Amino acid sequence: MKDENLFNALIELADDHSILCHRLGEWCGHAPILEEDLALTNMALDLIGTARNLYTYAAEIEGRGRSEDDLAYLRNERQFRNLLMVERPNGDFAHTMLRQLFFAAFMEPYWQAALESRDETLRGIAGKALKEMGYHIRHAGEWVIRLGDGTEESAERMQAAMEALHIYVDELFHSSPAAEAAAKAGLLPERGALRTAWLENITPILAEARLELPEAPNPQIGGRAGLHGEDLGHILCEMQYLQRSHPGATW
Amino acid sequence: MVSAQEKAWAAAAAVPDPEIPCVTVADLGILREVVIEDGVAVARVSPTYSGCPATSFIEAAIGEALRRAGFEARIERVMSPPWTTDWITEEGREKLRAYGIAPPAEGSNAKRALFGETTVACPRCGATDTEKISEFGSTPCKAQYRCRACCEPFDHFKCI
Repeated sequence: MKDENLFNALIELADDHSILCHRLGEWCGHAPILEEDLALTNMALDLIGTARNLYTYAAEIEGRGRSEDDLAYLRNERQFRNLLMVERPNGDFAHTMLRQLFFAAFMEPYWQAALESRDETLRGIAGKALKEMGYHIRHAGEWVIRLGDGTEESAERMQAAMEALHIYVDELFHSSPAAEAAAKAGLLPERGALRTAWLENITPILAEARLELPEAPNPQIGGRAGLHGEDLGHILCEMQYLQRSHPGATW
Repeated sequence: MVSAQEKAWAAAAAVPDPEIPCVTVADLGILREVVIEDGVAVARVSPTYSGCPATSFIEAAIGEALRRAGFEARIERVMSPPWTTDWITEEGREKLRAYGIAPPAEGSNAKRALFGETTVACPRCGATDTEKISEFGSTPCKAQYRCRACCEPFDHFKCI
């Protein structure tokens, strides 16, 4: 393999995007209004596009003839390296929007920093994804504000989402040894350095939404080591069923 | 005399967008270049959005158009620099407007422009008294708007 650390770091990123994409896709046909049905699936499309770019590049770096589909469909849950936040169940619309805001508010400065990567392919993937994350922040941010500063019930639900999700925020800024090595090599951004940029994205939105980010003395981490909640297994059952039952099936 | 390269460009450039057939891949600026390398027509194409489902279809259609024009063809996907709506030609913008899609404006993609409204002119009556219904429309590249003057809903090509 050309660069095992880069391969593993790309898999982490790709898994973040494909699992969150799957979660957003679960809203298809169930969103509160038609426009949101379109919006959630549109954002899922952005995420699957980025995931495909990352899996494809990871497969190329690995050089063992695996494809993007092999990487997405034929690994088990312990081999998935996604953040715990993205596998959390959708909950209500408030949970989904807050999770989307947390994720996009991180990926936007991440891709911005990745424009300086030494690797041209990564600069290309970053340039595309960066513009899309701007939309995701704005869309999710507007909903967080509407709901947080909305009715008594919407505010309560947004508060409940905050309490449920804030313990997963810290993992955004952790780096696996592979991600650390890729950062040192100037290929991918240093995740820990993005906390300020994340807060700059989040703070004005939370202030308008009358929400506070609580302290998380015991943040939940483990996704990068393949230690997941039960929920990931259920996602993979659904996502991988077809390829597992009909190996090699294509459209 | 028309060179092979010009002939190949003309064949590839005439391919329409599958979802917005009023414009071609050249109008949209996603066909970056067509060059002849070792007798093969190589078309370099950029996707609009990371997950645009039309990307593969467009690449196949360009390959098909080149083969029909008598070329052996290869398609290369170019990610960097990323495609931007600024690359839509003036002619492409006019075609979009005539088709009922408001062409992209400039500078409307600021992530901090929460609830921000940009001025989008109605492609039917030209009024600027319009409102956004949803940031996401029937394809990844479009948003839904409504004209307050003529009361017609319309698509707006998002600016990225």
